[in-house]
This record gives sequence, C-alpha cells and structure tokens, in this order.
Amino acid sequence: MADIKSFVKFFKNPLSVIGALIISALVMAAIFAPVLATHPPNEIVMADKLAQPSPAHYFGTDEMGRDIYSRIVYGSRISLQVGMQVVGIAISIGVFTGAVSGYYGGWIDEIIMRITDMFLAFPSMILAMAIAAALGPSLSNAVIASSITWWPWYTRMVRSQILALREAEFVEAARASGNTMFGVIIKYILPNCLSPLIVQATMDVGFAIQLTAGLSFIGLGAQPPTADWGSMLSTGRKYMLTHWWYVTFPGLFIFLVVLGFNLLGDGLRDHLDPKLKNTA
Amino acid sequence: MEEVILEIKDLKTYFYSDKSVVPAVNGIDLLVRKGETLGIVGESGCGKSVTCLSILRLIPDPPGKIVGGQILFKGEDLLAKTEAEMRAVRGNSISMIFQEPMTSLNPVFTVGDQLSEAIRLHQGVAKKEAKQKAIDMLKQVGVPAPEQRAREYPHQLSGGMRQRVMIAMAISCNPDLLLADEPTTALDVTIQAQILEMMRDLKDRLGMAIILITHDMGVVAEMADQILVMYAGKAVECATVKTIYKNPMHPYTVGLLDSIPRMDVDVEKLHVIEGVLPDLSNMPEACCFEPRCPDARSICSQKEPDLEQVGDSLVRCWKYCPEWRQ
Repeated sequence: MADIKSFVKFFKNPLSVIGALIISALVMAAIFAPVLATHPPNEIVMADKLAQPSPAHYFGTDEMGRDIYSRIVYGSRISLQVGMQVVGIAISIGVFTGAVSGYYGGWIDEIIMRITDMFLAFPSMILAMAIAAALGPSLSNAVIASSITWWPWYTRMVRSQILALREAEFVEAARASGNTMFGVIIKYILPNCLSPLIVQATMDVGFAIQLTAGLSFIGLGAQPPTADWGSMLSTGRKYMLTHWWYVTFPGLFIFLVVLGFNLLGDGLRDHLDPKLKNTA
Repeated sequence: MEEVILEIKDLKTYFYSDKSVVPAVNGIDLLVRKGETLGIVGESGCGKSVTCLSILRLIPDPPGKIVGGQILFKGEDLLAKTEAEMRAVRGNSISMIFQEPMTSLNPVFTVGDQLSEAIRLHQGVAKKEAKQKAIDMLKQVGVPAPEQRAREYPHQLSGGMRQRVMIAMAISCNPDLLLADEPTTALDVTIQAQILEMMRDLKDRLGMAIILITHDMGVVAEMADQILVMYAGKAVECATVKTIYKNPMHPYTVGLLDSIPRMDVDVEKLHVIEGVLPDLSNMPEACCFEPRCPDARSICSQKEPDLEQVGDSLVRCWKYCPEWRQ
C-alpha cells in the first residue's frame, strides 16, 4: 500500500513526470530501434545526400545520404549504454573505495582521499581527454576514460555518508550483537546511503552521456560510421551554416536526454530525501 | 551462592588525545552473579557506559584503549580473546541494550528482519524458523500483534515499542549477561515502568544477570540487588541496595540520594550537589570528590583514599578511616 502511495506522490510533481517520460521514451527508442527507424542507420544513398527534413527523412539526411532520424534512434542505444556503463563502473569503484575509506579511516582513508583529490584537481573533460587519447580513440576507451574521471565523486559521497553512519547507534548496536565489520558495512551502512546514491547516479547518467558525447565530438569516442550522437555532431559541424538539420537534431537529443535525467534525478531527490521534502 | 557470571578486576580504559590522557575508567572492580542485577549509578561522564563498552570490547580504538585489568566472563578473560572469538560472545552470551531506542534500529529493514537476522547470526537456524522465533520474541516482550509488527519498519513504532524490540533482540539468544545502558532514559515514565517490569520478569524467567546503568536512583532501587556508585572513573561506594538506601556512606552517595525529589516533603528548592565533575585528564592526587564534598578536610586534598570495607559497604572516603580523627 505504502509503495503505491509513494509512487503516486512521486508523479504529482510535473517536472519528475517530464523527466520520467523523456527517459522512458529513450529506453523505448533503444529497445525498439529496428521498429522505429525508417532506414538502416548506416545505409548510404548518395543521391539523397544532405536532403532537407521531409516525410521521407524526418530529420533530413547527412553528407552520405544516411537518414538522420534513424541514426538518432539507433544512437539512443549507444548513449544509454554508455551512460549506464560509465555510472556503473564509477559506482562500483566509488562505493568500494568510499566504504573502505570511511569505515576504516586512518592511513588508508588518507591515501584514498589524496588520490581522489588528485583526480578532482583536473577538470573532468581534460582528464577524460588525456586518458582517452592515451588509450586510443574508441567508444569503449571513452567509457573507461569517463569512468576514471567519475569515480572520485562517488568515493567522496559514500565516504561522507559512512562517516555519519558509523557513529549511529544502530551501527554500534549491530557490532554489539556480534556482526563482522563486513557484515555491518553491507547490511547496515550501505543500505542507508542508497538514496543519495540513486539520486546522484540518475543525474550522472545524463552527464556521462554528455561527457562521452563530448569525447566523440573531438574524435576520441565512437568512430565513424557508428551512429553516435556526439560523432554526428562532430561531422555535422562542417555543414552547420548551410544545412541546419544535421547538427540540430543530434544536439537537441543530447540536450533532451541530459535534461530528462536531471529532472528525474531532482524528482527522486525530493522524493527520497525527507529533509528536503517540504522545502523544495 | 550462585555462580559468578562476570568479574572485573582493576579495569582501566583510557582515552588518548593529542595533548592528554583521559582515564575514563580508572581501576574498577565488580562482580555479578547469575540472576543478579548490578546497578551502576553516577552522573554523566563518570565512566558508566565506557565500563559497559569495555566488557564487549567495543571501545573505539583509537582514541580509546583498555590499558589494564581483567574482565572474567564465566572464568574466561575477555581481554585475551581474539576479535573473532569476541564476535561469538557479543549478542550471544553477552548482549547490550542501548540508551536511544529511536536510533538503535536500522531504519531500512523491517523489525522482523532485524530480529531474525540477530537470531540467525548466532544460532544458525533456517530463515523461516528464525522468522517464527522473531515473532515469538516479540510476543515475549509484550508487543501486541507481533505478526503485524514484525513486518513494520522502525519508524512506524513508538519509542516504547522500539525499546521492546531492542530488548527482544538482546535476549533472543538467551544471553547470560545483559548490559542495559540507560534503557529507560529516553522513555516517558509510564513506559519506563512497563519496560522495567518486563526486564525484571525476563530476568527471573531466563535466569540471566543484568548490569543496569542509570543515573536515576529510583530505577536502581526498583531493579538492582547490588549498587556500584561511580565517580570520575572510580568506584566510590559498593553495597547492596538495602544498605545503600538505609545507610549511604560516601558523601557523593548521600548527595545523590538527597537529590531525589520527595513527594512527602514540601521543599522550595531541590537539593543539588554543587560543582561539576573534575577534568579527568588533569586529576589531582587526592580524593576526586574533594572539591565538591561538604565534609572535606585537609587530608582529603592531600591523599587519595582506598576502597575500604566499612560495615556492609565498600567505601572510598577518608571519613571512615582512622586518619580522619587526627
């Protein structure tokens, strides 16, 4: 009962609804890409190159006559996958290091925190560029590069949560009833930092998509002919002044998806964090 | 005489900071027998809770450390045990109830889950069986509709209910010793009475020993057999409940008893013990209660008295020594 009620309550906020709609549309597009696309994403029809948006090509075509609409639909798969992977990897590293750092403290905490400081001292785009360039340009390397710049944020967040929870009485009570350190962390501490983690992760999927699109834009991410939003933007740049639709649609979709994840994340935060519930 | 469950000899637990050493517990001896309740009283910061946490070896290290003494639980020295051996003791043969029932339960799991978790941890029974046992335990501590309560989260229960759940968790493995650190302080008076009544009943039924920490002299009078009065990390008086209430010897005990508001006498102002606890990191080599003592003489600020047998009590005060008359 309570779950249904809180579900309904979450959707009372129009912004969360918009965010949720955008994200579900993205997920749908990724799942049903073959059905939704009107053309194969990499089909080259030189006769139709740089065609204006029309009923035959909803968003027009690019310099090789590929249908931009279909490429965007297929590109949603890559974006979603990239966003999830980056956040997934960053969370796994971040939660582990943050938990160790926060719970054990002492010199191990000191070492982990100084390493995160080093990572956080660079602007994330520059660091991601450097790593991606060092690893060689490819989509999976772009994912790795983005994850590496991202995990310190999770480490810090989990650590600060754990520092607060470590002193909580129920954690002391758990130790007094004979739990191991590991058991205390898994059963008592991590479940209690879940909600800020979910909120942060939701928002970060959007930013991770943006960051990897940025890497693709400068040629360090997905390589042609992959239908990736970032690399579409990159090649479309040359035609920006003469053929507006080429860059507009991929850009618009990156914008929408990042906005969608942000709105959803904001909605989740208002919903999950009781301290902010009535103030927002 | 019943079997001795716990004997502490000269326990010393110190806390270290950059500049100083704080002897939070400084040479405590105590003895608890099966089925007996020992009340530890004293004001905040006198080392009651640290004594309890030392027994379970849960003193945060750093900054704290047990620097000396012996804690004999059924003849075995707990201080000599490994961490893994201690885990088998915690929650199983010695369990603890905390002061704040509001925050002592994990907010993200149901009460039933937490209880059966505690049972499974030490008894290795199947999930289903543990669940059933959890409901039985809730029934034993007087939680109405235990099947339904077991499915609820801590925030859905009142403070009294939560403390019952904590107690159910603490006694779920039939401990030999229950450490109760101010179990009723956060509850209102009617609930306090119910919880105390229930604890006494459980003690009689399960035959466990209890160490009850409190600063409420009324609660110890109700519950305890023996009383240990602590001041600044040391025992200042130890005797049976009857002896202490009839014939308190140490000026601090007298002060504590005088501070209980009485219904039958009309007074303008409640009695207080003037002053505050001395700075533990900077203790004089004298009686630690001397600055606040109404009876202090010159000898009190020169040397520290020993804990001596006087009549039926053990007292740490110069008043009862031959030197007093000089």
